[in-house]
Amino acid sequence: MSPATLAWEQFRLERKLFWRNPSAAFFSFGLPLMLLLLVASVFASAPDQLRVVIPGIAGMSVMATTFNALAINLTFRREEGLLKRVRGTPMPAGSYFAGFLGNAVVNACVQVALVILIGHLLYDVTWPRDWLELIVFTLAGVITFGALGIAMSHVIPNFDSAPAYVNFVFLPVIFISGVFYSSDDLPPVLDAVAGALPLKHLIDGLSGAIVEGAGLGADLGSLAIVALWGTVGLVLAVRGFRWE
Amino acid sequence: MAIEVSDLRKSYGAVEALRGLSFDVRRGEVFGLLGPNGAGKTTTVEILEGYRARSGGSVRVLGRDPAVRDRRQQERVGIVLQSCGFHSHITVREAVQHMARAYPRPREVGETIALVGLEDKADERSGRLSGGQRRRLDLALALVGDPELLFLDEPTTGFDPAARRTAWTVVGALRDLGKTVLLTTHYLDEAQALADRVAIIKDGALVAEGPPAELSPTTAGYHVSYISDGRRVEHQTDDPTDLLHRLTGDALARGDRLQGLEVARPTLEDVYLDLTAEDER
Repeated sequence: MSPATLAWEQFRLERKLFWRNPSAAFFSFGLPLMLLLLVASVFASAPDQLRVVIPGIAGMSVMATTFNALAINLTFRREEGLLKRVRGTPMPAGSYFAGFLGNAVVNACVQVALVILIGHLLYDVTWPRDWLELIVFTLAGVITFGALGIAMSHVIPNFDSAPAYVNFVFLPVIFISGVFYSSDDLPPVLDAVAGALPLKHLIDGLSGAIVEGAGLGADLGSLAIVALWGTVGLVLAVRGFRWE
Repeated sequence: MAIEVSDLRKSYGAVEALRGLSFDVRRGEVFGLLGPNGAGKTTTVEILEGYRARSGGSVRVLGRDPAVRDRRQQERVGIVLQSCGFHSHITVREAVQHMARAYPRPREVGETIALVGLEDKADERSGRLSGGQRRRLDLALALVGDPELLFLDEPTTGFDPAARRTAWTVVGALRDLGKTVLLTTHYLDEAQALADRVAIIKDGALVAEGPPAELSPTTAGYHVSYISDGRRVEHQTDDPTDLLHRLTGDALARGDRLQGLEVARPTLEDVYLDLTAEDER
């Protein structure tokens, strides 16, 4: 089979694995949606807050389905010797990782779509005003957080500690990056930290696409920072990579 | 030759794990690599499999240097690692089927599963298999590409005796199919039962090589024993003919029967212990 066909087969296997593992499916899909419903219900009568929360949760979902999922999953595969086994077969590394990453990309896109759908149907948030910007920022976020997730797995010593390492990064970052409230309300120091990290800028971009609609040009600065982190992430992901 | 190893060296920092190892594996034979834990068996096999770089010496696997990764080469080699997990949520059949896709001329999936004796478990999820069944799935995954050469790193460690016999039957079947097999083990009966030739390594160096039956211990090898006055008397000798002639001659002269007379050839175990156990003495 050609490398492209093998990538497709690997992708199908990854989808199967994802849906057959109820706890993984819940944490990647169920938890962000549950948070969305809880937080949005609190702000249901405050449309301004909803316009912060919907892009915020969408950005958080991108991070959860790529950074968190890939870091934990890759640590598992390395520890269990699954990567080593693949390395000893004719399966091209490119096909394997295309399928592996493709699965995360699909999860991220479906999740963003669900957040937007729920926001519109349940909380009366408008449909996205700029679809192009939405697609550009979602893809940039997926690539950046996917690469950072792979890089993160190089740091995690073993599978048992993987969720702790991941949440040590994930929880503070979503807290300061304006997922649940506007980051303008944060103390300046925390806002400055968030401003140096990619999630806040991803959310700014998604907010621009979903709520503001001022066009991609208005958020080019944010896109540049996300892309910068993506470049750093890709370099670290590739350089530190170990098969076992 | 399926595998040619000459003066193979591997150091980890100051530690020399392999110190000039040389051996050949012929096509179509089952070759056993024996040695105590830490002797360098897995290091050797992982260099041959292409997982590790060597520090010195030359290695040829199916005529190629395994350090140079090549998809065509991987298609001809099957690898069973010492320990390796599975995705527990896919079935045996799905796992084997998926692996088969990476190979140009895979063995039929159902036939592969039957070859390792998992046909009853084909639609069971991997996570529900027992330890021995998982090991057989490992083997099925390595066999589905119909490789010419198979590496088995301690294939039966942790098996109960019945499961080991089953695994031996599978390796026998592979030999009948004309495959070359390189297996490491620290079970001597396994090497004796399966291997056409064995190499015994210790501290990263070869201490003996040959067919299990032809390896002879450096100290006296044949055990001769009988019961006399209710006690078992044991002798060791290099020359059992002469010893037996004397023993039986004396016994006849005394009118003794030499009850429970046993003559045992040196086993691989004797050779192995003789060659590897000096540290414990």
